[in-house]
Amino acid sequence: MSSPGASRRLAGRRRELALLAFATPALLLLGVVFAWPVLRLLSLSVEGGSLEHFEKAALDGLYVSVLGDSLKIAAAVTAICLVLAYPVAFWLSRAGRIGAALGLFALLLPFWTSVLVRTYAWLVLLGRNGVVNRALRDWGLIEAPLPLLHNMAGVLIGMVQVLLPYMVLPIYAALLRVDPDLSRAAEGLGAPPWRAFLRVTFPLSLTGVSAGCALVFVLSLGFFITPALLGGGRVVMISMLIEQQVREFLDWPFAAALSAVLLLVTLAIYGLIGRITRGGRLEAA
Amino acid sequence: MELSVQGIVRRFGNVTALGGVDLDVAEGEFLTILGPSGSGKTTLLKTVAGFEIPDEGAVFLGGEDVTLAPPRKRDVGMVFQNYALFPHMTVARNVAFPLEMRGVRREEIRRRVEEALRLVELQGFGERLPRQLSGGQQQRVALARAVVFGPGLLLLDEPFGALDRKLREGLQLEVRRLQRRLRLTTLFITHDQEEALIMSDRIAVMDRGRIEQVGPPAEVYARPATRFVADFLGESNLLDGVLADGAVRIGGFTPVPLPGLPPGPVTLLLRPEALRLAEAAEAAPCRGRGRVIETVFLGLSVKLRVQMEDGPEMLARVPLRPSLPPPAQDGEWLAVGFAPEDVHVIPRG
Repeated sequence: MSSPGASRRLAGRRRELALLAFATPALLLLGVVFAWPVLRLLSLSVEGGSLEHFEKAALDGLYVSVLGDSLKIAAAVTAICLVLAYPVAFWLSRAGRIGAALGLFALLLPFWTSVLVRTYAWLVLLGRNGVVNRALRDWGLIEAPLPLLHNMAGVLIGMVQVLLPYMVLPIYAALLRVDPDLSRAAEGLGAPPWRAFLRVTFPLSLTGVSAGCALVFVLSLGFFITPALLGGGRVVMISMLIEQQVREFLDWPFAAALSAVLLLVTLAIYGLIGRITRGGRLEAA
Repeated sequence: MELSVQGIVRRFGNVTALGGVDLDVAEGEFLTILGPSGSGKTTLLKTVAGFEIPDEGAVFLGGEDVTLAPPRKRDVGMVFQNYALFPHMTVARNVAFPLEMRGVRREEIRRRVEEALRLVELQGFGERLPRQLSGGQQQRVALARAVVFGPGLLLLDEPFGALDRKLREGLQLEVRRLQRRLRLTTLFITHDQEEALIMSDRIAVMDRGRIEQVGPPAEVYARPATRFVADFLGESNLLDGVLADGAVRIGGFTPVPLPGLPPGPVTLLLRPEALRLAEAAEAAPCRGRGRVIETVFLGLSVKLRVQMEDGPEMLARVPLRPSLPPPAQDGEWLAVGFAPEDVHVIPRG
C-alpha cells in the first residue's frame, strides 16, 4: 500500500538515484585508485597501534625545520604568484574577447609541456653560463654571474613559473563576475579609478584570491620535482624527505607518518585561508 | 545646473552611435530621452556622465565645458539600469560612498545618509545588504546614493526596467516628486513611451543616433514631427496620401479636407481614440465602412482592428462604460469616421 505522498517521494528519490548512477564510474575510480591507497598508506604510519613514527617526526629537529622551510617557501611562492597574477587576471578580465582568448592561450600554453621538461629548461636558462646570466653580462648589467641555480632563488623562480596559472585563473574567474558597472558607478560617484578599485573591485574579487592562494599554497607545499632539481640539494622540502625515506631507507611507515603530517598541515592551512578571506570580506562590507 | 550637449558625434568602428546630437536641459527640468534599443540613448547618457569621450562635439554642465573631464569631476549622480549597488557594502555604506569620496566629515556623513534614506522612505534599512532588499527597495537605495551629495545633474538609465508594473508606476511618481522637491536637473532614459509621457517636462525622441523631436509630452504626442515619432509614441494609424486641391484621398474613406496646407505627399496620423464607430460615425465629415477583425478588451476601453472596404486596416479605441454594450462584435460591418481636426499631417520628404 502506498499513499500518493509516498509514491511522489519515491519518484523524487528515483531521480536522485539516476543522477548518482551517472557519477558512479568516477566515484568508483577515485575510490579504488586514490582514496583506498591513501588510506592504506596513512594506516602504515600507525602500524601496530604505536605512534613512534610521529614521535620521531616531532622530536627530530630536522623534520620540524624542513617542514617550517617548506611552509615558508610555499608562502613565498604564493605571495609572489599573487602579486604577479592579479594584474594579469585583471587585464584578462577587461581585455575583450580576442585579448582574453590570446591571453588565456599564452597562460595555458605551458601546460602542454610537462613540469619535468620545463624544470630542465630552467636549468639551461638559469645556470652560471645560462641564457639569463649571459644576457645580463652582455648588457653590462652585472660583472660576475648571479647565483640563480641550486639555491632558493632558482627554486622560487621555477615554482612560480609552474604555479602562476593556478593563481591567475581563479582570480580571473572572480573578476569576470564583478559587474563593470560597479567600478563605473564608483567613479561616477566621485572615486578616482584606484579608489574605485580598492573599495569595490578588489574586495569583490577576494573569493578568487583566496581560491588561488589556497591552490598555489597547497600545491607548493607538496612540490617535488622543481625544488629537487633547481634546489640542487641545498633547498629541502618535506616531499623530498618523504621520497628519501621511501627510496633510500625503505622506511614506509615513517614516510607514511610524514605524509600524514603534511596532509594535516595542508588541510589546516586551507581552512585558515578560507577563514581569513571570509573575515576580510565581512570587514569590507 | 543646466546641461547643454552640442553636436555630439560618437562612432564605434564604422557604426555611428551618435550622429550629431544637440540637446539643452534647463535647470530643474526633467527631460526624457525616449528611443528604441540601439537608438544611441545609452551612449548619449554615458557621454554626459563621462564614461564615453565623444569623437566630436562638446558637453557643457552649468556653462562649463566638461567634455574631457573624468566622471568624478562632473558633479553628476547616476542611477544605473541594474542599480550597480556595491554588493559587499551595507545600504548605509553605499549611500555614504559619494560623501566619503568627497572627504565629508564622519558625523556629517551619518546625518546626510540618514536624511537621504528618509527621503526614499528607507529609514531603518541602513544596516542591510543590498541583496536583502527587494528590487524596488534597491532602486530607491540607488536613487538615494545618486542624490545624497547634492549633484547638479541626475542621470537615470532605465531605472524601472526590471520592476513589475505596479511597483514601477508607484516609483515613477515617487521619483518625479523627489525630483521636483529637490529641483534636480534630470536626464532620464527609457524605451517605455508611457513612462516618458508620465514623467517628463519634455521628451526627446531618438532614433538611429539622432534626436527626431524635442517637446512637452502632449505636444510630441499630438503633433509628432516625423513618421518615426508618430509610430513610436503611442498607437497610431499612419496613412500615406497626396495632398492636392486642399484634400487628401485615402482608400476606404471620403476625401479628407485639409485647407490651407501646401500640396505634396503627406502622411496622416490618426490616433485610435480619434476614430468614431457605428452611430457616432454617421455625422463625421470623413467616413467609410469596415469589418471588425478583432476586438481586445482593455478594461477602461476596447481596442478594435477594422478592415476598411477597399482601404487600409485601422486601429480604433473606444471608451467602455459598464452600462453600455460593447460597440461591435468580430465580423460585424460598421461605419468608421473621423473629423479632419483630429488628423495630424506629417509632410513626406
